[in-house]
Amino acid sequence: MTDDVDRNRRHFLTLATAVTGGAGIALAAIPFLSSLKPSARAQALGAPVEVPLASLEPGEMIRVEWRGRLVFVVRRTEEMLGRLEQTKSHDLLRDPDSKVSEQPEFAVNGYRSAKPEYLVIEGSCTHLGCAPLPQFQVGPSDDWYGGFFCPCHGSKFDLAGRVYKGVPAPTNLRVPPYRFIKDDVIMIGAEMGAA
Amino acid sequence: MARIESEIGTPKGGFMKWIDDRFPFTETMKAHATEYYASKNFNIWYIFGVLATVVLVIQLVTGIFLTMNYKPSSAEAFASVEYIMRDVEWGWLIRYMHSTGASFFFIIVYLHMFRAMLYGSYKKPRELIWIIGMLIFFVLMAEAFAGYLLPWGQMSYWGAQVIISLFGAIPFVGETLVEYIRGDYSISDITLNRFFALHVVALPLALIALVFVHIVALHHVGSNNPDGIEIKYHKGPDGIPFDGVAFHPYHTSKDLVYIIAFLMVFSFVMFFAPEMGGYFLEHANFEPANTMATPEHIAPVWYFTPFYAILRAVPNKLWGAILMAGAVLLPLFLPWLDRCRVKSIRYRGWIYKSALGIFAISFLVLGWLGVQPAEGKYVLMARIFSVLYFGFFLLMPYYTAIDKTKPVPDRVVYHG
Amino acid sequence: MVKAGTFIAALAALIFSAPVFAAAGAKLEPAGNDVDNIVSLQRGARNFMNYCSGCHSARYVRFNSVAKGLGLSEDQVIENLMFNAEKTFETILASMPAADSARWFGRTPPDLSLMARARGTDYIYNYLKGFYLDPESPTGVDNIVLAGTSMPHVLWELQGFQKAVFDEIPKQGRVFEHFEPFSTGSLSAEEYDSFVRDTVNFMEYVAEPVRSTRRKLGVWVLMYLTVFLVVASMLKKQIWKDVS
Repeated sequence: MTDDVDRNRRHFLTLATAVTGGAGIALAAIPFLSSLKPSARAQALGAPVEVPLASLEPGEMIRVEWRGRLVFVVRRTEEMLGRLEQTKSHDLLRDPDSKVSEQPEFAVNGYRSAKPEYLVIEGSCTHLGCAPLPQFQVGPSDDWYGGFFCPCHGSKFDLAGRVYKGVPAPTNLRVPPYRFIKDDVIMIGAEMGAA
Repeated sequence: MARIESEIGTPKGGFMKWIDDRFPFTETMKAHATEYYASKNFNIWYIFGVLATVVLVIQLVTGIFLTMNYKPSSAEAFASVEYIMRDVEWGWLIRYMHSTGASFFFIIVYLHMFRAMLYGSYKKPRELIWIIGMLIFFVLMAEAFAGYLLPWGQMSYWGAQVIISLFGAIPFVGETLVEYIRGDYSISDITLNRFFALHVVALPLALIALVFVHIVALHHVGSNNPDGIEIKYHKGPDGIPFDGVAFHPYHTSKDLVYIIAFLMVFSFVMFFAPEMGGYFLEHANFEPANTMATPEHIAPVWYFTPFYAILRAVPNKLWGAILMAGAVLLPLFLPWLDRCRVKSIRYRGWIYKSALGIFAISFLVLGWLGVQPAEGKYVLMARIFSVLYFGFFLLMPYYTAIDKTKPVPDRVVYHG
Repeated sequence: MVKAGTFIAALAALIFSAPVFAAAGAKLEPAGNDVDNIVSLQRGARNFMNYCSGCHSARYVRFNSVAKGLGLSEDQVIENLMFNAEKTFETILASMPAADSARWFGRTPPDLSLMARARGTDYIYNYLKGFYLDPESPTGVDNIVLAGTSMPHVLWELQGFQKAVFDEIPKQGRVFEHFEPFSTGSLSAEEYDSFVRDTVNFMEYVAEPVRSTRRKLGVWVLMYLTVFLVVASMLKKQIWKDVS
């Protein structure tokens, strides 16, 4: 009788000790795991960057670094914007309406940008992270309306960074958060699109 | 036919059997935990081995995370420590754990060693355990010394300057040796870089290997106990010593209580007094190393001060260094210096009891003297207590041989 | 037999004995600051940025972390504390280039991020109150805590100037006796005293911004360990019932 009581009590206490100790170890792990996050310095270095656009000529592109990542800023001409219709209407795109791709709310549109004229996208192929090359002219192949071509595994994107069908990259090029702080200055890393 | 079937057929006994056929898991657990018998009458002195292991684990884990953020260069080291303290999320906690752990490591190891002297744990057949333990202590001192340079504060720099210069006292090769240790004509970026390598790779590996061997040797001969009686001489028909209880669950459940109590003390210091009044983290070390100005008051971290006091008690560089080295090395020979047949202090005579008491007091007083200025009465005191310290070891063959002992019982004393 | 308790008590006494701040010479008056007093810290931050940060940096201290620790909004910090920084994640850097200050003062003014931990708050408190007129010094003043300091009395407009009175004691030589006011500043003695105390308080805060977090967390950890200790003790007792 007492043996039974003792055995039950021992089981209970063993369990209680294990649970308390386990909880302690789990809590103690939190600081160690949290210390792996980007530190205050990393956050400071990864703070939004201002990019003046005044000197950017129509049809040209500049490369900007934000958080150690490559960002393309393209000033698209009316003619280039027209070509976006072509890629879509010829059914060349995997995600033409940016339904499964990563971008801020304001960039879910036909231009994938806050203002149609300026395209701001990350220069990192959604396949394995290579930097795609800009090839804005049309041709030589029939289905090339200008855009970005990834040299690593041949993924293709149009002038809005939308991915072509039949290439390894699964989604459109990412659009980073950015906003216009003046008509011709953007702040990459800050939310809210057109000011 | 049957034999082959049993070898290639479905394994009976499940997962554990599959493992045990390939690795002696169950066998190891039995030999070292569930069927390793240690005396039931362990007192609080027997906790420090387990606690040392706990602190070793704390130091290894926090050390790895610190290494992820620390920069071993003279231009960046100091700033990277402050980066850990301020910019890395929870970095301050990890750093305080490591700095507090360093001091507690020595508190525990000193108490662990003193336990061996109380109960004769270094005596036959445990001489090797003692010697391996002393080697652990030496590596630990080197590890702590190398680690103390890394924050690159004023004390890091000037403390290292003083200790490394000591090697220069060695005749003929001294100066060359010092240059080999520093890798430069003074302590510099190069020295810091190699001390980092020693602190985070070489010495921890040596430490882990030695701790492993220490425990293997211990489990081979069995643990001593406060009565200094070999429990394996009195076994029951089942082969289990009458006075022994299995390490698991008996000693583990008891150790856990002490481990938690220890963690409370540890946490109290770490959360409420991480500097410990300037002993665990020295004030001058919050100033970056300045090769042009020595701090006014220079003392090593507290755990080296007993030996430092002996060094300063001698008005001659070479002899100071020799005596300091002697003070560190002498305990190695305890198994042969001690001529008494009785292990435990419970059954030893008044001479050894007094001698050990005087030794403990000398060690503490020397530790205190090590942080006092080296002048006037302090130097005189340091000389007196250095003589007592050495006397304890050097006269031991004589006084332990003539000391009267009490009869040792057959079985351990246990008041359940 | 040497009792475990005695040994541990002796060891504790050794460890807990008086702190060793490397301050020699004059006796230090206690600063009496309270690092949990947020309002004092806010005043201290303003003092620090107005009077210290021109020449001294606090290069490990970020403005946004000060904002968080002192319960200020980022806008308040931008408006009241940031004079030469643009972004709140920047650290406190001296307005004056190090090369200029080294030329003018003979040495670059030290970084103040950790000064309170290195020298202690009492030291800074007495230092800031310890400037006295000395016609032989190139700055016109010397300091009772740090003789021969190359720092001018930058707070003279607030404190005014004072003279030090020394006693000639045989064998010991000149021993500091007390200060005598020479000219008055814009603050009364009491006001200057609390000005310095607030500033020192802020310096103690920036030396270890995590202090209050650490102490709060410590209470929780100890509470948890107490519970764990009770549970583990009960288990140990139960298991050791087997042993006789």
